[in-house]
Amino acid sequence: MTNIHSTAAQMSDALSAGTITSVELTEQHLDQITKVDKQVHAFLHVDRENALAQARDVDAKRKSGQKLSALAGVPLALKDVLAQKGVPTTCGSKMLEGWRPPYDSTVVAKLKQAGVVILGKTNMDEFAMGSSTENSAYGPTHNPWDLTRIPGGSGGGSAAALASFEAPLAIGTDTGGSIRQPAAVTGTVGVKPTYGAVSRYGLVAFSSSLDQAGPCARTVLDTALLHEVIAGYDQMDSTSINAPVPQVVAAAKKLDVKGLKIGVVKELSGQGYQSGVLQRFNEALDELVKAGAEIVEVSCPNFEYALAAYYLIAPSEASSNLARFDSMRYGLRVGDDGKASAEEVMNLTRHEGFGAEVKRRIILGTYALSSGYYDAYYGSAQKVRTLLIRDYQAAFAKADVLVSPTCPTTAFKLGENVDNPVAMYLNDIATIPVNMAGIGAMSLPCGLAPEDGLPVGFQIMSPAMKDDLMYQVGGTLEAALVNKWGKTLLSDIPVLAGK
Amino acid sequence: MTLTYDQAVIKYEPTLGLEVHVELNTKSKMFCGCATEFGAEPNTQTCPICLGLPGALPVVNGRAIESSILIGLALNCQIAPFSRFARKNYFYPDMPKNFQTSQYDEPICVNGYLDVEIDTDEGKMPFRVEIERVHMEEDTGKSLHVGGETGRIHGADYSLLDYNRAGIPLVEIVTKIIPGAKKYAPQVARAYVTELRDILRSLGVSDVKMEQGSMRCDVNLSLALAGSGALGTRSETKNVNSLRSVERAVIGEVIRQSNRLETGERIIQETRHFLEESGQTRPGRSKEQAEDYRYFPEPDLVPVVPDTAWIETLRGQLPERPSARRKRLQAEWSVPDKEMDSLVNSELLDVVEETISLGAEPARARSWWLGEVSRLANEREVAPTSLITAASVAEVIVLIESGELTDKLARQVIEGVIAGEGSAKEVIEKRGLKVVSDDGALMKAIESAIAASPDTAQRVRSGNIPAAGALIGAVMKSTGGQADAAKVRELLLKHLGQG
Amino acid sequence: MAGISRDEVAHLARLARIEMSDSELDHLATQLDSILVAVASVQEVAQADVSPTSHPLPLTNVTREDVVRPSLSSEEALSGAPAQVEDRFKVPQILGEE
Repeated sequence: MTNIHSTAAQMSDALSAGTITSVELTEQHLDQITKVDKQVHAFLHVDRENALAQARDVDAKRKSGQKLSALAGVPLALKDVLAQKGVPTTCGSKMLEGWRPPYDSTVVAKLKQAGVVILGKTNMDEFAMGSSTENSAYGPTHNPWDLTRIPGGSGGGSAAALASFEAPLAIGTDTGGSIRQPAAVTGTVGVKPTYGAVSRYGLVAFSSSLDQAGPCARTVLDTALLHEVIAGYDQMDSTSINAPVPQVVAAAKKLDVKGLKIGVVKELSGQGYQSGVLQRFNEALDELVKAGAEIVEVSCPNFEYALAAYYLIAPSEASSNLARFDSMRYGLRVGDDGKASAEEVMNLTRHEGFGAEVKRRIILGTYALSSGYYDAYYGSAQKVRTLLIRDYQAAFAKADVLVSPTCPTTAFKLGENVDNPVAMYLNDIATIPVNMAGIGAMSLPCGLAPEDGLPVGFQIMSPAMKDDLMYQVGGTLEAALVNKWGKTLLSDIPVLAGK
Repeated sequence: MTLTYDQAVIKYEPTLGLEVHVELNTKSKMFCGCATEFGAEPNTQTCPICLGLPGALPVVNGRAIESSILIGLALNCQIAPFSRFARKNYFYPDMPKNFQTSQYDEPICVNGYLDVEIDTDEGKMPFRVEIERVHMEEDTGKSLHVGGETGRIHGADYSLLDYNRAGIPLVEIVTKIIPGAKKYAPQVARAYVTELRDILRSLGVSDVKMEQGSMRCDVNLSLALAGSGALGTRSETKNVNSLRSVERAVIGEVIRQSNRLETGERIIQETRHFLEESGQTRPGRSKEQAEDYRYFPEPDLVPVVPDTAWIETLRGQLPERPSARRKRLQAEWSVPDKEMDSLVNSELLDVVEETISLGAEPARARSWWLGEVSRLANEREVAPTSLITAASVAEVIVLIESGELTDKLARQVIEGVIAGEGSAKEVIEKRGLKVVSDDGALMKAIESAIAASPDTAQRVRSGNIPAAGALIGAVMKSTGGQADAAKVRELLLKHLGQG
Repeated sequence: MAGISRDEVAHLARLARIEMSDSELDHLATQLDSILVAVASVQEVAQADVSPTSHPLPLTNVTREDVVRPSLSSEEALSGAPAQVEDRFKVPQILGEE
């Protein structure tokens, strides 16, 4: 019996078999949103009417015998950082309250083309800056495992929607870990594809050279199915990869890692990592060994500089990307009393419209790019980037994929790190090197930490444009763990038990 | 006492620098597919990209790159093996992203030169202007200011923005400092801009209409005591928008700066504006502090790495240098300097060359285009070339040369062609404009004329040749002007025994 | 690394067009100080012989054909405008206009 607890692949099969319609499936999810989202607050905007219209359209096409793509009729939650024509797109910011883009992002166009039903827009840290969704201007999202804890960020809304069965699929974006860290702390699967694999056209830019949209779901196979829908060359994005999309669905179904070399990155475990996180990570490694993989240790000595370089590059690019929010053409306008000058109105609007973290990063980026400091900060950070790429090259010479815990800890409490940016930034220590080098990485659940009963994420990194490798390893590990547990991790999630 | 220009250039040596902005005549904008046509309704040639909407991304117009390389090659530049776009960050409401996508330290062409010719006391002399760089960037939108002097409500000033021009490709051509022009600095500046304009036109990369703003010139000028070898502080006079103004702006600044120096005042490094009426410059608003543009490589665009084969293909497309072509044609056609100048100034050189290449005799081709066709064009206030094709004019001239048309008939043919009556041949046929060369028909008319004026005929018979004029006139009248007067004269005199 | 002063933050806020009160400037100066201490380590490894990376993938020469594509209608273009007059974006008076 197909219901909201099914996987997207199961829903797809049921839709094809005609045992459920897309309208029924969509209504089930809309009902679940109505039921749980007051507590979870995963959604900023629920697009009930459009979602049902899309579902009806797919059902009609199916009835008329049209050939449909695998995910046609399956519902999805969209991170509110992707432009969808006519639908509010806020990026979690007051700056864009009420803005309805006059165009579709390429990701949205591809989803529509594939008949995927878009339920609505999910909450996020303002302009994707954060690791907890506490920087959303519309209030934080709560972790379905424990409503007093963060769901990760910036894509906490998408991850929480999956974990609370409000949607079987979601789109996230990942600049320094914004797909993988929320996946890790909510016990879901999140994939950051190779930079350039998914078009950035219509993704509201935080840091252009790091941003990448990717698939989120509750299983590796579901992310693979969604990956194949959204990936591919796009002429509208100059940094898009003009090459065939790797066969990630086939890879996710392989369930075989015999002969693969799996590199454990020495610098991404040990000190600073919660003991339960390390325990579950090591147990997962054992499963991979049992499945026939060979574990090797690799060292990436420059990773210790990755966080510092990231917190220079991302704010620098952001300071420029966010300059367009000036109240002249769209969005919030403050202080236009008929006497104030354009410049004064810009100053006031940007003061009111941006939250503290966004302002902090804009000022930091402005500083790092300013004359006299450019070489010391931005220039040096770009050199670190080169060193990180070299580290990866050396590591991938020894191993097919690299692995680490996705985050040093499980979900922390809401409010715990709000005014301590440096502590907050440390959350991203294991995810950031991936974005800096432009490679692909995935987080999938590897258990609950014994000390707090919260999910732990396992990160798999694959070389650029070889995203299929992480799906192969991720699919195999997932199968082994589910087999070991006798159930999926999410089957015990408390919010559904009515706790 | 005030220094005149002549006095000033004895005491001080001017150093020039010229920055020319050229709008390329691509069909679409620099980074998006919006049309570039001049004069469209406001905000009808805009899209998410050139409006800087959140999420939109630029993609470079390939033709703009080719045009830039062509310009570089024509200016004897090195084409950079690696060039990049950068973001120039500053806030201005007519700039949708609040950064200009431009080239900074890695322009597409560097280190060229342009040889021009100037008139000196010793006759025409060559002068080399060295080019520092040619780089690509995008234009801004246009703002319209409402209120102020026209204001109905005090303090209700506001501005209106039209972004049709935003994103139109611009190429900026920057000279190195130009020393050694001495008193000829105004001529050098004008000759350089003129030659540059002609080259750009011959390349077909821009409309180069200074009055419409598709070519704009900034004049940098500094003075130093003659013979000191020093370099003074420069002023930058913006948007000098005609060739004559370029010359006048240099003169104006030499006079202004020299008189400041004479009274012991400092020259301030500043932006100034050229005043068309007086030929002087006025200071622009001084910026409170030097702008810090925080340039960094544009992460949304990838580097331009032209390969040698591509550059050589483009080099092969370079047309003959306009000044060389003028010299060659002037010699081929044996045209005096003055007439050549008026041909060039009237912008009829191309069409005259084409007319000649279609078989017309050079002197006739020139005189028909500069004379009759230009006269008709002036009456209609249009360009001569928009009235009639070179082929039609050539056809008419060939008929004149073969004696089939008289000048008078030819004028009627041209009028007919312009009136849309068809080709020259068709007009001749429809209007029956053939020269009457049939001796029989002419003799009939001659005999009638003699019969009508027997006294006059008698005077001719007795040797009074000039008296024949009246009879010839009568024949011409009776044939409706279609007879060749010389032929009539020959036949008449023969008939009256004077041949 | 010398600390960042409130005046410097005020200058940056002006460059970034963000109005800030004195207390915001003070608070931010303190936070930026600690962030800058944390990120200054990049200078330790950024040797002269290491070339900078600005693009994660080594793509070059991505261009499009010079073909006109449909624009937005002026209604769509202006759909988000806080104010408009006769198909133009209406904005407060622009000072320093040349």
